[in-house]
Amino acid sequence: MSEYQKNSVVQAKERLTDSLFRLTLSAPHIAASAQPGQFVMAACGPTLDPLLRRPLSIHQTSKDGNIQLLFKVIGRGTQLLSDLRPGNTLDLIGPLGQGFQAPQETPVCLVGGGIGIAPLFFLAQTLLRGSFAVDSGLVLLGARTGEEIEQLAAEFNELGFLVEAATDDGSFGHHGLVTDLLPSSLPKMKGVYACGPFAMMAAVAGLCRNTKVPCAVSLEASMACGLGACLGCAIHGAGGGYKHVCKHGPVFDAEEIAWNR
Amino acid sequence: MEPLTTAPMDLRVAVGSLQLANPVMTASGTFGYAAEFSNFVDLDRLGALVVKGISLKPRPGNPPPRIVETACGMLNAIGLENVGLDCFIIKKMPFLRACKSRVIVNILGDTLEEYATLARELSAVAGVDGIEINISCPNVKKGGVAFGTVPEMAAAVTHAVKNVTHLPVIVKLSPNVTDIVAMARAVEASGADAVSLINTLIGMAIDIYKRQPKLANIIGGLSGPAIKPVALRMVWQVASAVSIPVIGIGGIGTAEDAIEFLLAGATAVQIGTANFYNPRATEQILTGIEEYLHQQKESSVRAIIGALGSGRET
Repeated sequence: MSEYQKNSVVQAKERLTDSLFRLTLSAPHIAASAQPGQFVMAACGPTLDPLLRRPLSIHQTSKDGNIQLLFKVIGRGTQLLSDLRPGNTLDLIGPLGQGFQAPQETPVCLVGGGIGIAPLFFLAQTLLRGSFAVDSGLVLLGARTGEEIEQLAAEFNELGFLVEAATDDGSFGHHGLVTDLLPSSLPKMKGVYACGPFAMMAAVAGLCRNTKVPCAVSLEASMACGLGACLGCAIHGAGGGYKHVCKHGPVFDAEEIAWNR
Repeated sequence: MEPLTTAPMDLRVAVGSLQLANPVMTASGTFGYAAEFSNFVDLDRLGALVVKGISLKPRPGNPPPRIVETACGMLNAIGLENVGLDCFIIKKMPFLRACKSRVIVNILGDTLEEYATLARELSAVAGVDGIEINISCPNVKKGGVAFGTVPEMAAAVTHAVKNVTHLPVIVKLSPNVTDIVAMARAVEASGADAVSLINTLIGMAIDIYKRQPKLANIIGGLSGPAIKPVALRMVWQVASAVSIPVIGIGGIGTAEDAIEFLLAGATAVQIGTANFYNPRATEQILTGIEEYLHQQKESSVRAIIGALGSGRET
C-alpha cells in the first residue's frame, strides 16, 4: 500500500461558517491513490507546538491532482490549518487507513452528522463513477444549525442525490436529529454509510441492526502517527479487545464496534 | 562552483559487542515492528531497529483515551499493547530479518522468570541482534515499575537475562527515580552491556470542563521535545559514571538534538516520538549528523562521543 509524505500547495480556501473551512490542495500522489473514507495526517506547522499532526478525512479528490479537506476549528492545530492561504504549503501524509467498500446492492443511504459529512462527499462522488444510479442513493445530513450544512446539501444535490437535512435548531430541514430521518427509508435500503458524532453512529448502527441492513461507520480518535505505530487510537471492539482507528479503520462494519462502551 | 568532494564518513559505533553501522536507532514503541515505516524510511540504513516491547503473552493495552498532546510533547498510556512472543517471532520477524539494520527486541515481563524466558527464546531466533530490557514502563500496575525503580530489582532482572543469552543486553532506564546513576551502576555491575535512557517521565493532564483526567489511565508517560533537557542531563550524568555504552533517548527530533546527546557521552541515540510527527526523522537525523561531522572536519562519529568541554569557555 502506497503512503506518501508530500508538501502540498494550498490552491484555495473556503470559509463555510465561522469555524468550518475547506482547503483545496495540490496533492497528486494522494489524489491518485485515495479511496473514500481514507484520511491524511496534516502537520499543523513547522514548530514543535502543537507537536502532532491532525488526522483529517479526505473530502474529495479531482482528476487534476487536487484533494479537498473539510475541517472544523476545534483547537490550536485546526486553527493553524485554517490560517493557511493559497500558495502556502501543507505537509501531508496519506492516504491512510481502510476506506469504504463499494455497495454490493442498492439503494444505499449516506448519513452524515456535522464534520462527519466530510468523507461522505468523496464516497458519493466515487459511487457515481461506477455503475451506480444516482436515484439509488439517499443522503441524510445533520448539524446544529443550517449554515453548517446548507452549502454541503446543495453540493450533494448537484451530484444528483436526494438530500434530507435535520438541524438541532430547526433552521434547515427537520427540527431534530438526523437519525429521526432514517427509519422511514431504512427498510428499503441495502446498505448504510455513516460518519458523525459517536452517539449518532451508535444510533444508526442500532437502527441498522434491528432492520438487518449492513452499516459501515467511519470513526475518529486521537492519534499521534496514523501509521499503526503509536497505538494511541484504540477503540473498544465488539468482541472485546481493541481496534485501531488508523489501521483497522477509520471505516468499520458497525458490528465490529462496542457501541455501549 | 564544484561540489565539495567528501570522503565517506565513518559512522560506526559499538554498543558492547554489537557493531552498528551508525548511531541512529529507533526507540521501542514508536516504530511499530518497522514495516509501518517502510514507505518513509530506508530500513536498511539505520543503526538499529528497536521494536515494540514484547511480552510472553499478547497484551491488549489500556482503555482509551490513551494519548493526549501537551506543550511540545505528548502523554501516552498505551499499556504495553503487543502481539506477544509467538506472534512476534512468526509474523513480525521475517520482515525484520530481511532488513539490513540491526534488530533489537525490547522485552517486558511481570516476573524475573518471564524476562528470562523471553530472552532465552529470542536468543534462538535468527535475525535478533540484541535485547533491550524494558524495566521502566510506567503504565502497568504490577511488576514493571519496581524493576525500574529499585536498584537491586533492576540488577536482578539484568542478571536473569544475562544468564540465559549470548546476545548484547541493553537495560532501558526510567527517569522516574531519585538517582538514575545508582540504577545505571546497579545494572552495569550485573553485566548489562549498555544502558539506554530515558524512558518517559510520568505526567498527567486534566480536562477542566469535564473535571476529568484526559487519559483513561489517569497518568501516562511524557515524551517529545519537552523532555529533551531532562534526558540530556541524565545521559550526561550516567555517561560520566559508568564505563558501559550509554544510548541517549528523549525528545530527539533533529540532528542537532542527537549531536548534543553524543557530545554528552551517548554512544548512540534512539529516536522516539519524532517518528510520529515526522516519519522520516531517523534518516534525516543520520544525514544531519554526517553533515555536521564533515563540517567539523571529523573523520569519525566516535570523535565527538563525550567530547564535551568541562564548562563554558569564554
